[in-house]
Amino acid sequence: MITKRIIPCLDVRNGRVVKGVNFEGLNDVSSPVELADYYSKCGADELVFYDITASSDGRQIFTDILCETAKKVFIPLTVGGGINTVADFDRVLKCGADKVSVNSGAIRNPGLIEEAAKLYGDQCVVISADVKRVDGVFRVFAKGGRENTGMEAIEWIKRCVDNGAGEVVLNSIDTDGVKGGFDLEMLDAVCNAVSVPVIASGGAGCIDDFTTLFKTLPKVDAGLAASIFHFGEVSIKDLKTELKANGIPVRL
Amino acid sequence: MVAIIDYGVGNLFSLVSSFRAIGAEAVITADPKVIADADRIILPGVGAFEDAAKKLRDSGMADIVKAEVAKGKPLMGICLGMQLLFDKSYEYGEFEGLGLIKGEVRPIAEVIPADYKIPHIGWNALDFHGRSCKLFKYINEGDHVYFVHSFYAANCNEAMVATAEYGADLTAAVADKNVYGCQFHPEKSGEVGMKILKAFCELEA
Repeated sequence: MITKRIIPCLDVRNGRVVKGVNFEGLNDVSSPVELADYYSKCGADELVFYDITASSDGRQIFTDILCETAKKVFIPLTVGGGINTVADFDRVLKCGADKVSVNSGAIRNPGLIEEAAKLYGDQCVVISADVKRVDGVFRVFAKGGRENTGMEAIEWIKRCVDNGAGEVVLNSIDTDGVKGGFDLEMLDAVCNAVSVPVIASGGAGCIDDFTTLFKTLPKVDAGLAASIFHFGEVSIKDLKTELKANGIPVRL
Repeated sequence: MVAIIDYGVGNLFSLVSSFRAIGAEAVITADPKVIADADRIILPGVGAFEDAAKKLRDSGMADIVKAEVAKGKPLMGICLGMQLLFDKSYEYGEFEGLGLIKGEVRPIAEVIPADYKIPHIGWNALDFHGRSCKLFKYINEGDHVYFVHSFYAANCNEAMVATAEYGADLTAAVADKNVYGCQFHPEKSGEVGMKILKAFCELEA
């Protein structure tokens, strides 16, 4: 039986993990390579590296870090942030990334998904959408959630999947950072609209939030979170043990 | 030494890194001399069958790999590389494979329920059906490995050594004498995957 995936997300700037972490046994808690290795050993099913570097120097450092990680960590690796062209796809895939997630790049250039899917296959292209309710309507936001594009989110995500995106990461701006649970209503709407895997992001505060997610919405394939893992508030092993106890298939 | 066949498809960075991580020497090569000197061969592959089969033939790699296999050298195909081992594929047409293992490649949509997502992507458990395979000497039935595929090997019951349940039993691994194939990605399957690669490296060449 296919298992539900638990995915830690690492924001990387200038070669360092941005959000602070406090794990025992890690020499360098802000080294993406060490943290990725640690999560892999703890049972993470996949990793997301998010490049929040602005400069081109930073880009080079990021790809170096990616190569170092892929030499050591042998679980699927998704890379996002600053992906605007197929040359960006090429740059990170050569360093060992398995999937590439696009967000603002696809909003600016709607042909990017189709072009990349033709070159690398649908399974390689992930559409990551930052979505927020505005007057009761789901709207797509760009630039890290700062700019309302005015586009209706479900239609946008459907169009991306039709163009070749093989997976959807849905980040609810409304629940992100609140730690009150995933945005089940928004996720349900997306799951009913597309037939590719959907990854829930934004809002996880405790183990129960994941249990509720997978129990309420069996169509959701994976749960993604950052700070609750980085701060040690939720251990991946405990989380997966608890999910299994609740009858949710996981890899333990 | 492990020769990873380079015929212009896919990204082999993780594959070569995974062998190095378990202490095996691995090279990405299209050099017949290097392949002849290698103890064992990996046939990788991602993308479409037609394109990959054509590149394999046009590059001359198909004949070289077959000749090495005929000498008894262990060969393992991974993902599309496994599918290429079969007689033919029905991926958007009908195309000839290497014919090293009896069977054919068909869309998983033909056998899985309509509400299952395609591709079959993620971690799934291996079922051995009472069969044994040298590749699995360090792992257990029920261990999870990472899959990404929309087509599967059908009518290959003689060579089938593991399946994964996805609304139907999908062929996960095959073996016939010195020819092995994994539908999943051992190089992305964490510790379990490394144990499979280690077992492959210990096969008698």
